[in-house]
Formats: sequence, C-alpha cells, structure tokens
Amino acid sequence: MNGTLAKGVRFDGRRFDEYRPIEVQKGVIKTAEGSAMGKIGETLVLVATKIDIVKPFADRPREGVMVTNSELLPLASPGFEPGPPNEDSIEVARVVDRALRSAECVDLGSFFVEEDKVLGLYVDLYVMNHAGNFTDAATLAATAALMDTKMPKVENGKIIRGEYTGMLNPTKLPVTTTMIKVGDNWLIDPSRDEERVLETALTIGTTEEHVCAMQKGKGSLSKDELMTAIDIAFKRGDDIRNILKG
Amino acid sequence: MASSESKVPLIIDGRRTDGRDMEDLRALRVEVGVIPEADGSAYIEWGGNKIVCGVYGPRECIPRHGASPYHALIKCRYMMSPFASLEEHSRSGPSRRSTELSKVIREVFENLIIAEKFPNTQIDVYIDVLQADGGTRTASVTVAAVALANAGIPMKDMVSAVAVGKAGGMLALDLNKIEDNFGQSDMPLAISHRDKRLLLVQMDGLLTREEVATILEMAERGCDKVHEVQADALKRFYQKGEGETFKW
Repeated sequence: MNGTLAKGVRFDGRRFDEYRPIEVQKGVIKTAEGSAMGKIGETLVLVATKIDIVKPFADRPREGVMVTNSELLPLASPGFEPGPPNEDSIEVARVVDRALRSAECVDLGSFFVEEDKVLGLYVDLYVMNHAGNFTDAATLAATAALMDTKMPKVENGKIIRGEYTGMLNPTKLPVTTTMIKVGDNWLIDPSRDEERVLETALTIGTTEEHVCAMQKGKGSLSKDELMTAIDIAFKRGDDIRNILKG
Repeated sequence: MASSESKVPLIIDGRRTDGRDMEDLRALRVEVGVIPEADGSAYIEWGGNKIVCGVYGPRECIPRHGASPYHALIKCRYMMSPFASLEEHSRSGPSRRSTELSKVIREVFENLIIAEKFPNTQIDVYIDVLQADGGTRTASVTVAAVALANAGIPMKDMVSAVAVGKAGGMLALDLNKIEDNFGQSDMPLAISHRDKRLLLVQMDGLLTREEVATILEMAERGCDKVHEVQADALKRFYQKGEGETFKW
C-alpha cells in the first residue's frame, strides 16, 4: 500500500483528502421518534432516536437526559462478534455522544416534564456494514436522526405515543472527520483495508465554528499535524453539513 | 458542560477557585515502588487525586492463544473505586467510561514500550483511582509511566500528561473537578518528553482553532513541569538506601 500511496493515489482511486460518496436517508424507521441511515461508501450505519419519560440525574433535576449506545452488529463484519459491547463499540458511542453533547445541538433544558420526570433521548447507533470509518457514518446518521426527530406529545406526565407537538430541531449540525496516517501520508475517511495498516488514527468533531470533539486512537502525531487535521476537519465537515442540509 | 456554567463562578479577580493562576499546576507528588509484590509500581497525589499503579510483566500471556509471536501485548486496566467521588457509592467493576479510558491509556504506552523485545508475553498495567478530583486520566498516564520505568520495561521515551480546558471563559492548565464539571471544555493531552509527540488527544466542549493552538503550547509547558516531578521521584527512589522506601 505504501508503494501506491507514494504515487499519490489510494487503492480505490481517491485523493488523500477525499471521502467516499456520502448519502443520508432520513425517516427509515417509523417506530422511532427519528431515524436516519448514513452511508459512506459501503459503510452503513442506522441511527434511531426514541424518547421516553425518565428520572433526571440528581445533580441536574430539571434537565433532560441523552443516552448514546452503539451496536457493532455481528452481521456487519467478519470481525464483529455477538456479546457485550467491546471497547471499539463503547468508544464510538462515547465519541459520537461527546460530539452531539458538546455541540449543544439538543436543548436538554427544554426536556423538563414535572418534578422527578424529564424526557430521555436515546440515540442508538447500529453499525450494519463495516467497510471502514463507521465513526463518521455514525455521527452523520446521528445528526440526521436528530434532524428527523419529532417531539412526542406529553400529557399528565405520560407520553402519548403516535402524537407529536413538533420537531426537535437541533440548533447545530455536529459531524466528525476521521483520518489516519499510513507511512508519511494522512488519509481522510479510511477504508477497511486502509484501517488494517494504519499507524495513527484521529477523529475530530466540528460544528460550523467550533471543534466539538477529538479522539486519538492508535499512534502518535505532532502539534502541527493536529492543527492541519483541524483545518481539514472544518472543510470536510462543511461538505458533510451541506449534504445534511440538502 | 456549558449549560451550568453561569451558576458557578470559576474565575474571581483573575484567580481560579483554588487560588491558582491560569498556568499553575495543582500540588503534585509521585512516589515509586509502593507495591512491593509488583514488578514496578508508583503512586501519585495530584490535587485531590490519589492513584496507584502496579505493573506486572513481561509475563506469560493469558489466554495463551491471544499471544503474539512478534511482540508483548500491553494490557491496561483503569478502574475508579466506588468511593472515589463525593457523590453516592458507585457500582464497582468496569464501566463504559473506564473501558474507554483503559483503551486510550493503552494506546499511549503502545507508542513507547519496546514490545518487540518480549514476544509471546503480556505486560499488565493496573491503575486504580482511590480518590478522584478531575484529571484522573492524565494523572493515570503520568503515574503509569513511572511505574513502567520502575518495572524496568524498556521505553523509547518518557511521557507526561495534563489536561487544559476552558473555565470561566479562560484557558486553564490542569483543570480540577469543579472546573471540569462546570467549565466549557476539556482537552486531556499526553506528550512524549523528548520528541513532543501527542500520545493522548481527547477533547469535549467547544473550542476554536486558535484556542486549540494555545492549549497545545500550554500543555507542552505543563508536561515539562510534570516530567520534572516524575524524574525526581525515580531519582529519589534509586538513590536511597534499603529501608528508606515509601511507607503507606
């Protein structure tokens, strides 16, 4: 692979800073309050949101709760196995959660119902085909699912299922951009083959104006490399945001 | 994070809640060889954090089929005790948070340990947080580096870690628990001592590009100070005679 990269091309013909084709389809699960299928190349992540009445956290009695979980479905990759979530599964859920939470795209303050009752927003990430970089596909689908989420009608402290009062309307559109280093080259949106040989992995979450999450995986990098990565993340992030708005 | 920011003033008259300047570290103390049974160990008190680290290995890999014929496996377990925070007794055992932290801490040391020297083995790094006060992951990296050195595990470089964040609208080195809980953002970093590589990078909250650039400079200066404390702890340990070891 290093030989091919030295010529400036990737196995699948992409430029180093080029994503695979990105698609997003909202409203794919009718039983959920919101949903979206995010596709980056062959990588497929379904995200669905559900809203329930839950008990608030003791230190935030008037604030709603957001919980992000992920499933690396065993059908999605020969490398995934059934069983409790492993560290990769926990990490992607926590990184996506960090990006959504930091971007403050959901106003949890408006989720208060009554004493000891707030709305709980569950964001479930279902990785359905892992052809590389499921993190970015998961954030893409999660933000799209929030855009698709309808607010349920609440009466006497109970949710009336199937009736809605409006949309959740996320105020920001957080997305993540993942890049890896192979040899001397930084590659955006790694394919599964590229991930197998990565030396350094880095995910950066952005909103229009801010960095809203960072997570280094394997490897190391310099300060300059991090700053360059942030510039790239803003550029590619805006491209993805345009797809989300489109 | 930011939603509760206005309720707690974090900067009063240019000073932080604990009286520090923006670039001051909290009191920091490292001791070496605190667990006699372990191959290497260290203890750190950093602000209100109390963290102990024990290293075992290189030793036989369990399960054996997981072993690599090319290098030692590095296994890391970060655990928070159920009595480590002011809040209620928490459930013991691994949590989603501790699983993630164990992973990112392992990924720091995979860059440093010369694992090719010990094929078919594993090196266990056990980190137990006894008392937590914000910045436990960076304190964990700092103490584990010293424990690995004490175990005689060959490493390419030393590593120090510190978090820089934004509290009360200003960038602040080494966030304490209150600043972490009520500040606007937090960026934990681990930096290798000689070649200044970033070995741990995480961030939450909101930061501009320029703020990130400033944070990287502040963290580098902070890590240099942390490194002095680590090096001093190791020197003291190896210079003192028998019977002068650390007492719990």
